[in-house]
Amino acid sequence: MSFDLEAGETLALIGPSGCGKTTVLKLLNRLVEPDAGEVLLSGAPSRGVSAPAWRRRMGYVIQSAGLFPHLTLAENIAVTPGLLGWSPAEIAGQIARLFELIGLPEADFAGRYPAALSGGQAQRIGLARALAGNPEIVLMDEPFSALDAMTKDALIDDVARLRSEIGFAAVIVTHDFAEALRFANRVAVMQAGEIVQIGPAGDLMAAPANKTVAQMLEAPKRTAAAVSEAFEQAR
Amino acid sequence: MFAEELAVFPSRYGGHLTLSIAAIATGLAVSIPLGIRAAAQPRLAGPALGAASLVQTIPGIALLALMVPLLGGRIGFWPAYCALTLYSVLPILRNTIVGLQGVDAGIREAALGVGMTPGQSLVRVQLPIAAPVIVAGLRTSSVWVVGAATLSTPVGAESLGNYIFQGLQTRNWGAVVFGCLASAGLALVLDQTIRLFERAAEQRSKRLAGFGAAGLALVAAPLLLALPSAGPAPAPAADFSIAAPSLEGRQVTIAAKSFTEQYILADLIAGRLEAAGARVDLRQGLGSTLAFDALASGEIDLYVDYTGTVWATLIEREDVPPRAVMYAETSAWLWDSHGVLAFAPLGFENAYAYAVTQQTAQAKGLSAVGDLAGSGLTLASDPEFFGRPEWVRTRDLYGLADLSVRGMESTFMYEAVASGEVDVITAYTTDGRIDAYGLVLLDEPAGALPPYDAFILMSPRAAQDRALHTALAPLAQAIDSQAMRSANGRVDIDRVSVSQAAGELARRIDADAGDSGAGRGP
Repeated sequence: MSFDLEAGETLALIGPSGCGKTTVLKLLNRLVEPDAGEVLLSGAPSRGVSAPAWRRRMGYVIQSAGLFPHLTLAENIAVTPGLLGWSPAEIAGQIARLFELIGLPEADFAGRYPAALSGGQAQRIGLARALAGNPEIVLMDEPFSALDAMTKDALIDDVARLRSEIGFAAVIVTHDFAEALRFANRVAVMQAGEIVQIGPAGDLMAAPANKTVAQMLEAPKRTAAAVSEAFEQAR
Repeated sequence: MFAEELAVFPSRYGGHLTLSIAAIATGLAVSIPLGIRAAAQPRLAGPALGAASLVQTIPGIALLALMVPLLGGRIGFWPAYCALTLYSVLPILRNTIVGLQGVDAGIREAALGVGMTPGQSLVRVQLPIAAPVIVAGLRTSSVWVVGAATLSTPVGAESLGNYIFQGLQTRNWGAVVFGCLASAGLALVLDQTIRLFERAAEQRSKRLAGFGAAGLALVAAPLLLALPSAGPAPAPAADFSIAAPSLEGRQVTIAAKSFTEQYILADLIAGRLEAAGARVDLRQGLGSTLAFDALASGEIDLYVDYTGTVWATLIEREDVPPRAVMYAETSAWLWDSHGVLAFAPLGFENAYAYAVTQQTAQAKGLSAVGDLAGSGLTLASDPEFFGRPEWVRTRDLYGLADLSVRGMESTFMYEAVASGEVDVITAYTTDGRIDAYGLVLLDEPAGALPPYDAFILMSPRAAQDRALHTALAPLAQAIDSQAMRSANGRVDIDRVSVSQAAGELARRIDADAGDSGAGRGP
C-alpha cells in the first residue's frame, strides 16, 4: 500500500468493517509501528523521531472523543500545546481561538468537565484538542458515527469550514460513502488490507475498479435515488 | 476511671500509630508500582493477587507470630511492621489493578494520540482516573492495618493492643473497651482523613484540604500528651545509695507473658531496677515461647519463667524429677545450651493442680486426683494443658480417661467451675481466685504433676551484669505462694491495678526482709 497526501487535502478511507482502515490510521501516527515500509511527514521519515514527538505534529480524533474526564475542557484542549512547551499566554490564546472556531462560548465551557457535555459538544472539544497543536495533518477515526443525524450533519459542516479556515490535511476513516463525498477530495476504498481503488469520488463512480467497489457504491446510489424520488413527489 | 490507662496512652498510641503509618506507607510504596506493572501485564496480575490473598487468609495473630522466627527471633517493631506491611498490600494492589484496567480504552488511546509518552499517560491520565478506586483500597488497607496492629502486643511491640491483651488477662474489661475504642477511633479518623484529602484533590477544594489537615492534627494530637514527660526521666534513685555498680541511666528490657502474675512480677522487677536508676522498657503480653527466644537472642534482658515450662517445652523432657533436681538440671541446661542465667528462684511455685468447688468435693467425696476416676465429670483447662505430658501422665496414672475435657481461656475457667458449668479445672496454684471461689485443690500423691518454680531468667548479656544482679538479689526466695496468690487476687478479684498490686507486694517483701534480715545493709 502506498499513497500520498497533498498539504490541505482530505482523503477518506472507506471499506467494510475489519478491512484495516483504522490500522492504516494508526500506522500514520505510529500507534502501530509498521513491520516494513515507512511513513513520511513533509518529506521527513518517521524513523529517528520518537513516537510521542511525531504524534504531537498530528491531530487525532476518535469515535468516542476520548476526552480526559478528570480535566476541564480548557485543560483537555491545552494538553498538546503543553507537551509542545508553549508559554501559558500562547496556550490561553489558542484555547480562546479554538472555542470560538468550534462555536462553543469559552466563558460557559472552559471550566466544565467532559461528563457535562452532549455527544456533539464532546466531539467538538475532541476536534479542538486535535487542532490545538496546529498540526499539519488531522487523523479522524469515524468521528461522526456515534452521533445522531442532525448533530452529525452540523458537525460535518463545521469540520469542512474549519479546514478551509485553518488549512490542514486530513485522513478520515468512515464506512459511510455519503460522508466521504461531502468531505473528501479523494476516496480510498479498502478491502482485506489493500487499497483497491483511490481517486476523486466522481472517478470511482464513473469507473469502479472491481465488483466490490461497484457494490459499495450501489447502496448510496440507491439511497440517493430514493431520496430524490421522495423530493420529486413532495414537489 | 481511666486515669491509669491514660497515663500510658501516649506511648501505646504512639507505638500503634508509628507501626500503622509505617506499614501502610510501605504497603503503598510496594503495591502501587506492582499494581501498575500487573495492570499492564495480566500474566503478572494473577500470581501477585494470589500471593496477596494468601497472606490475607493467614490469621493476623499467626502472621505476626510467624514473623518472629522468620526474622531470626527478633521481637518488637520489626516483626509487627513486616506482618502489617504484608497485610496492607492486598487492598491497595487489587484496587490499583482494577482501577487502571478500568480506564476506558478510548481514553488511553487518546492520551497517546495527543502525544503523551507512556509515562505521561500513566501519571497524567491513567493514575488520576484510577485514583478514586486506588484511594478506596488505601482506606480499606488503613482500617485493616490499624485493627491488626492491636495484635502486635504478643510479639513485643507496644500498641493499643496492650490494653486489650492485658485487660483480657486481668479481667479489666474497662481497659479492653478502652483499647478497642481507641483503636477503632484511630481507624475511623484515619479513614475519614484520607477521604477528605481525596475529595479535596478531586474538587480542588482548599476548604476540604483544611478539614483533612484538621483530621491529621487529630490523629497526631494524642502524641502531644507525651511531651511533658518526654524530658529527662526523673531519677528516683538519686537519694538511694547502693554500694554495688550502679544501673544509673542504663536501659533494661523486661518481658512479661500474658497473664496477671507475669504483669505483676514484671512491674515489681521494673520498680526495683528503676529505683536503682535504670530506664526500664517493659514488653508486656509476649507469647510464651517468644519470650524465651527473645531472651536467648538478647532482645530482652530478663523475664520470669517456670522450671516445669522450660523442662517440658524447651528441654522437651517428659520425666518428672523432684523439685530441687528439676531446678538444678534446668538451670544447667539453660546455661550450657543458651548462655541464659537462671538467676534466682522467687520462692513460689505456680503449678497445675486439679481443683473443684467445696460442694463438688463433698457431694462426690473428692479429696485426691484419684477420686476423679470413673466420675464422668467435666474437666476444663487451658488448651495448652491437654497437649502437655503432665495431662497424659495424670490421665493414665489416675484413670481420668472418661472425664470430658474442655479447653478454655484460663481467665474464664475459674468462673466456669464456680458456676457449675464445668466440674473440675486445672487451677494455677498461685491464682487468687482459688481463695476467692473457695476451691479445693485435690491431692496428687504420686507427684505426676511437675514442679513449676518461678525463677528469673537473664539473657547472656544480662548474665554478666553485676549491677543487675545486685539490684535483683533481694527478690531471691522472697515471695511465697501465699504472697503471690494474694497479689494475683488483688488484681483479678479486687480489681486494683497491676502497679498497685506490685507495689503492695514490694512493700510486703521489704517488710519480710526487715523482719528476718535486720542489720542487712550495704
